[in-house]
Amino acid sequence: MAATTAYTLRAKRRKAAFRTAAFLSPWLIGFAVFFAYPLISTIYFSFMHYDGFRPPEFSGAKNWLYVFKDYPYFWPAMRNTLWLVVVMVSLRVLFGLGIGMLITKIKTGTGVFRTLFYLPYLAPPVAATMAFAFLLNPGTGPVNSILEGIGIPAPAWFNDPNWSKPALTLLALWGVGDLMVIFMAALLDVPKEQYEAAALDGTSAWQRFRYVTLPNISPIVMFAVVTGVIQTMQYYAQPLIAGKVASGVIQGAGTNFEPGYPENSTWTLPQVVYNLGFQRFDYGSACVVALVLFALSMAFTALLMRRRGGLIQAGD
Amino acid sequence: MTQVLDKPVRTAPAAPDGAAERTARRKALLEWVAIHSLGVAAALFFVLPFVFVFLTSLMSDTQALSRDLIPHTWEWGNYRKVFDTPGFLTWWKNTLFYAGLGTVLTVVSSIPVAYALAKFRFRGRNLAMMLVISMMMLPPQVIIIPMYLFWAKQLDLSGTLWPLIIPMAFGDAFSIFLLRQFLMTIPNEYLDAARVDGCGDLRTLLKVVLPMARPGIAAVALFQFFYAWNDYFGPQIYASENAGAWTLSYGLESFKGMHHTDWNLTMAATVLVMAPVILVFFFAQKAFVEGVTLTGVKG
Repeated sequence: MAATTAYTLRAKRRKAAFRTAAFLSPWLIGFAVFFAYPLISTIYFSFMHYDGFRPPEFSGAKNWLYVFKDYPYFWPAMRNTLWLVVVMVSLRVLFGLGIGMLITKIKTGTGVFRTLFYLPYLAPPVAATMAFAFLLNPGTGPVNSILEGIGIPAPAWFNDPNWSKPALTLLALWGVGDLMVIFMAALLDVPKEQYEAAALDGTSAWQRFRYVTLPNISPIVMFAVVTGVIQTMQYYAQPLIAGKVASGVIQGAGTNFEPGYPENSTWTLPQVVYNLGFQRFDYGSACVVALVLFALSMAFTALLMRRRGGLIQAGD
Repeated sequence: MTQVLDKPVRTAPAAPDGAAERTARRKALLEWVAIHSLGVAAALFFVLPFVFVFLTSLMSDTQALSRDLIPHTWEWGNYRKVFDTPGFLTWWKNTLFYAGLGTVLTVVSSIPVAYALAKFRFRGRNLAMMLVISMMMLPPQVIIIPMYLFWAKQLDLSGTLWPLIIPMAFGDAFSIFLLRQFLMTIPNEYLDAARVDGCGDLRTLLKVVLPMARPGIAAVALFQFFYAWNDYFGPQIYASENAGAWTLSYGLESFKGMHHTDWNLTMAATVLVMAPVILVFFFAQKAFVEGVTLTGVKG
C-alpha cells in the first residue's frame, strides 16, 4: 500500500515537472540561445582578437587595455552617461512627478489634458529626435526664432558640445508620459484620510507633500530612478540621430559617420559598442565594452530586485 | 478617478458666516485658475512640437528654408512626394511585417511561460523570474556581437529582418513579465473549478485563463507592436546593407540624408512615421488603459 502511494506520488511529481518544462519551453530555448550562449561568447571574444575575417586569436588582456587606455571614445561615453544619469534622469523624475501631481489636480477636461501630456511618449524615438533636430536647429528652427524674437540669446543646441546633452534632456522631458502615468496612479493611491488628518492639524501644502505624499510614493520614486538609470544604459537612437542630423553628414553608400557629434559630447556606451564592432570591425574590443555595459545594467537591476515588495511579488 | 484628491478638504469654520464661506470660495476659484493655467502651459509644451512639425511639413521648399512658423501656401503635395520617394512604401510594408508577425509570435510564445510562472509551483521559479527580469533589463548591445556573428556568418540571414523576428517566437522577457503580473491577479478558484470539471492544464489555459486575460494580452500586444515599430538598432545592425529590408524608423533617417535641405519633406515623413502609432493608441486606448489599470488590481 505504502509502496504504491510513493510510486504514484513520484509519477505525479514527474508529470508536474514535465508539464512545467513544456509550458516554459519557448523561454528555456530563448534563454539558452539568445541570452546564456551569447553572454558566454561575449566573454570569450573579449579575450580574442577578431575582425570577422581571420579566425579569432587569443590576445589576453589586450582588448581590455586598448578600451581603457587607448580607444578615444570610451571615457567620453562614460562621462556622458554619468551626466545623463545625474541630470537627465533626475530632471525626468522631478518633471514626471510634477506633471503627475498637476494632472491629479486638474478638474476640467482631465481626459484631454492627460492624453495631450501622454502623447509625446508614444512618438517613435527616431521621429521624435528628427522633430527636435528640426525644432532646435539654429538656422531655421522655430524655437530659436521665438527665443530671438523675444530677445533671449539662443544656443546652438545639437551643434554646441555644451548644449547637446541639455537638448537631449529636453527631448526626454517631452516624452515624460510614462512617468506621469505611474506617478498619477501612485498619488491617487495615497490614503485620503492622511491628507484630511494633516489638514486638521493645520499643516501647509509643503508639509503635506513632505510628510504625507512623499513617504507614500517613495517606492515609486525609487522605481522611476532605477529604471531611468537602466534606460540610460541603453540610450542609443536619440543621441546617434541627433548627432548625425546636426552634423549634416549626408547619408549614402560608403558614408561612415562616427557618432559623438559635436566634439564627443553625445557618445554613449551602446554607440561605442556599435562603433567598435560594426564600424571598426574590432569585435574583441566591442565585447569588452559590452561587458562593462552588462555589469552596469545588472548592478542596477539587482538594486531593483532587492527592493522590498519589489518586482517579484510572492507567488501563490 | 481624479476626484479622490481634488475635493477641497472642508475645515469646519468656527462660525459658518457668509464672509468666511465667500473667502473660501474665492480661494478655491483662484486655485482652479492657477492649476488650469499651469495645465495649459504644460499642454503647450507637449503639443507645440507636433504643431510646428506639422506646419513645416506643409511649407513650400523655399519657405521651409526661412524662419517662418506658418505656411503661406499649404503644400499638401509634400505628402505625395514622400510616398513617391523610392523605398518609402517598402519601408512601410517591412515595418508592418516586422511589427505584425513579431507581435503575434511574441504573444503566442509568452503566454504559456507567463502562465507557468504565475500559477505553477516548482523549484527554481523565483530564479526563473529573476532571469526573466535580467533579460528584460539587458541592453541589446551587450550580446550583439555573438548574435550578429550567429545570424550573419552562420545562418547567412543578414540583410533581412528574420534575425529580429525569429527570436520573438521564443518568448519576450518584458511580455512574459507583464503577462505574469496580470495572470497572478486571476483567482485560483477559477483554475481549481476547471480542474474539477476535468480540464487539463492546456485546456484550462485556453478556455478559462485566456478569455479572462484578454486586456493583459491586448496591452502586451500593443507594447510589442510599438517596440518593433520604433526599433532602430535592430534594423540598423541586420538590415542596413539591404535597402529592400529597411523599416520606417531606419529609413526615416536616410530620408533626411536624401533630402538634406528639405525640412518640409523630412517633417512630412516624420509625421507619417508618428501618425500610425498615435492612431493605434487612440483606437486601442481603452484596451491599453484597461490593461494597465487591471494589472494594478490585486487578485
